Amino acid sequence: MGNILIGLEIHCQLTSLKSKLFCSCHEDYRIFKPNSNICPICCGFPGTLPLLNQKAVEHAAMISYALGSNIPEKIMFYRKNYFYPDLPKNFQITQYNLYGLTCIGSSGSVYISDSKTIRIRRVQLEEDPGRLSYDSGNIHNSNHTLIDYNRSGVALVEIVTEPDFTDPGEVRYFLNKLSSILEHLGVCDTTLEGAVRCDANVSLKGGERIEIKNVNSFREVEKALTYEISRQTSLSTRNIKINSETRHWDEQRKITRIARTKEEEQDYRYFPEPDIPLVMLGNDFYTHIGKLVPELPDERLSRFKSKYTLSDHVANILINSKKLADFFESCLKIYYSPIEIANWLVNDLLALIGGEETTILDKLKIEPKHMAELAKLVDEKKISRSTAKQIFSEVFRTGQAPSELLSKTDSSQINDENFIANAVELVFSSEVSAVEDAKVNSSAINFLVGKVMKMTKGRADPKIVTQLINVKIVQLSNS
Amino acid sequence: MSNLYDLGALEAHRGINQGDFTAEEYVWSIIERIERVEGRVHAFITLNKENALDDAREIDKKIRTKEDAGSLAGVTVGIKDNISTHGLKTTCASKMLENYVPPYDATVVERLKNHGAIVIGKLNLDEFGMGSTTEYSRYGPTHNPWNLDYVPGGSSGGSGAAVSSRECTVSLGSDTGGSVRCPASFCSVVGLKPTYGSVSRFGLISYANSLEQIGPICRTVEDVVTIMNAISGHDPNDNTCFLSRSNVPYLHIKQDRAPSSIAIVKELIDGCDPAVSRTIYSALDKFKEFGWECTEISLKSVNYALPSYYTIAMAEASSNLARYDNIRYGFSFPVEGFEWNTYISDVRSNFGEEVKRRILIGSYVLSSGYYSKYYLKARQLRSLLRQELLSNFAKYDLLVGPTMPVLPFRIGEKIDDPLKMYLMDVDTVLANLAGIPAISIPAGHSNGLPIGLQLMAGPFQEQKLIDAASLLENAINITRSPEI
Repeated sequence: MGNILIGLEIHCQLTSLKSKLFCSCHEDYRIFKPNSNICPICCGFPGTLPLLNQKAVEHAAMISYALGSNIPEKIMFYRKNYFYPDLPKNFQITQYNLYGLTCIGSSGSVYISDSKTIRIRRVQLEEDPGRLSYDSGNIHNSNHTLIDYNRSGVALVEIVTEPDFTDPGEVRYFLNKLSSILEHLGVCDTTLEGAVRCDANVSLKGGERIEIKNVNSFREVEKALTYEISRQTSLSTRNIKINSETRHWDEQRKITRIARTKEEEQDYRYFPEPDIPLVMLGNDFYTHIGKLVPELPDERLSRFKSKYTLSDHVANILINSKKLADFFESCLKIYYSPIEIANWLVNDLLALIGGEETTILDKLKIEPKHMAELAKLVDEKKISRSTAKQIFSEVFRTGQAPSELLSKTDSSQINDENFIANAVELVFSSEVSAVEDAKVNSSAINFLVGKVMKMTKGRADPKIVTQLINVKIVQLSNS
Repeated sequence: MSNLYDLGALEAHRGINQGDFTAEEYVWSIIERIERVEGRVHAFITLNKENALDDAREIDKKIRTKEDAGSLAGVTVGIKDNISTHGLKTTCASKMLENYVPPYDATVVERLKNHGAIVIGKLNLDEFGMGSTTEYSRYGPTHNPWNLDYVPGGSSGGSGAAVSSRECTVSLGSDTGGSVRCPASFCSVVGLKPTYGSVSRFGLISYANSLEQIGPICRTVEDVVTIMNAISGHDPNDNTCFLSRSNVPYLHIKQDRAPSSIAIVKELIDGCDPAVSRTIYSALDKFKEFGWECTEISLKSVNYALPSYYTIAMAEASSNLARYDNIRYGFSFPVEGFEWNTYISDVRSNFGEEVKRRILIGSYVLSSGYYSKYYLKARQLRSLLRQELLSNFAKYDLLVGPTMPVLPFRIGEKIDDPLKMYLMDVDTVLANLAGIPAISIPAGHSNGLPIGLQLMAGPFQEQKLIDAASLLENAINITRSPEI
């Protein structure tokens, strides 16, 4: 699979705005009945004019900043002219670099490994079209196409990369990182349906560029690319020419299909939007945005590694989700034991909530104070690790405090040496042959330890148990 | 006083306010006048008689109870039918908007209503404002009140004719390349195109956004001042409306005027009809009599004004008119059984020929490969022209010339020659390209046909235009209203 070039066009909605890009309708269109979040402006009624949402410019600039892009001192809007039923004005107000660099961002870069940086060609602010829906669920079996303008005019940021990716894995890594950046900025909730969309273009060496459109979640992008690369590879090994075309990702069937319209031949007749004067951001704007941008994933990662001495692997997992990293740092504020807590989160918590679904973190019953308390109990050796694990899953399920659970089930660790010595005596007297074995075979000692632990229902401190057994075996061997 | 309908805005308002007559009586006199002459003039597309009478009764009630009825209380305004009126059909003289009833008022309409003005009806125009004669109206041409066989000018022909024939007190037009000033000139009334960005365009159905402004058409300079003071100033609904509401230069009629310096533009007077140039020169003599300094200047970029103007206007139009797909508003044309592409092409074939021509040319000049050859050049010429004009306003207070290079002509005379029509706009497009204010004021007649003089000033220098126009108005007493 050598010589593959992949470029991405990512659309993300600015979901934390209150209103649409050019009117005062709600940005959060999802909660409305069809065509009830609309006004004359976003429906393109005659005589209406776009009114630029200043906050949207700020949020788009924050994204540009976080992607290492240049932000110009003045930005312009353009009209992209094409006819489509979801587009009420039959043109989209977007940005373009026709008279100098007037998009909100250009020439950025995103680090993905020591040997690879993805270049960002431009970042632009634009309006989302409406949505088409079909009475029977899909276009092929429906008599009517219905248009819902609730989404029309929602602020959208388009991020265009250079064709710098060489395999779908890099794309997945980049998109995860982008999600985390957006999460850290707090400008786009990537978990909302349709809040992020991705188009990709792929070309094999010597082949023409294929556009894949309609990929409606970051997670599907890797699948679509993998499919498309194997399709193109198999064509080219059979010497079939790959033509430049637009294909759509069919999420149900997991294949790409050629689009019926020849979208690549469109002439969009871009020209400056006359209803929005040049927006002067000024030379302080970049600094202003810099102050609004919080700590970003890259900085946070290196801080996690240096300050908390976390491994690269563990730190990466935490940073990949802002909510998880925030959860981690909240725990530390209550009880400072970074490695212990990080391990609990990365190994145990993620296992319980199922892989990457960290989006539900803030809806969990387990809270940072619980996690901190548990880590403290383990650190202070008040409970064994195996007990801690049982308590952890109990806290996860019920949201009760670990100490409460501990007193209820009386599962606190036993480190009373007399008590443990008694148990050891009992085991030695019932496991005579194992004791004999243990004098010559050290692995039999583990068997005896296990017996004692079983007898104390796992509550005895295994270190003390092992120590006592060793002493007793030595005594028996010498006598 | 002959008839109530002869009164200007200030006189009518004063009469109503002082109780000389009621707003209802005044509106009735306007309605009777409309009934008498409208059949011959055809200035209106939609009349608003019943609502206008209701509004008048409301005003009379306020006056009886000593409430403030507004500075324009009872004044009837005709609104060009490309300016949105809440609940009142706004067709742009197009089949495409035959049944369109706007859900909101344009800012200018709202402001006029807030001042107590009464919307009497919607006035005829060339479809979407594209034309200079009002012959390109889906609803038939408007006739010039001075000679009913002649065109009233355009595209705000209804606005010019209705004011001249006293079917309304004042009217609003829109001026993209001369559409207020041309009918003002052809109908012997006063028309002002304000500085770009001083009057809100919110609710004006766009033809060419970067060029157009709404402006008043009135029988007197005084009424122009009154309407401008009511409608201009910042509007949060229009990002291109620059003036803050408190910053609006309040216009007024001065009693004494210091002499100004004016320059006559050679290129604008050279090519025009001899009758027109004679009239302009004799008007200039009036200025000289008042001690004004008159210089002749040459503006090189005038030669590029028309190609620049039409390229930009058509480019913007081609995009603005893309929204008319009859899905959300329009005319009766059921979608049942249509595939979308076929539907919109069938629907859009209902644009008039002139509109189609401009959409086609506009799409062409924006298409890849031609963009830098046409549209980009046009924009460069536009900024050259603006610079040349502004540098002259550093030297002269006003530039002067004819509004139209020709006299009004017969209906149908030029309709088959679009190029000849475009060329008539040479004098007026300058102000739109440069974003500066310009006024057309009656300057004389030739064979009973009106001739208008145009004055241009620097950005936001409307007061200078008012001063000069009012001086000329007093010096040469020209009838604004023919007998019909």
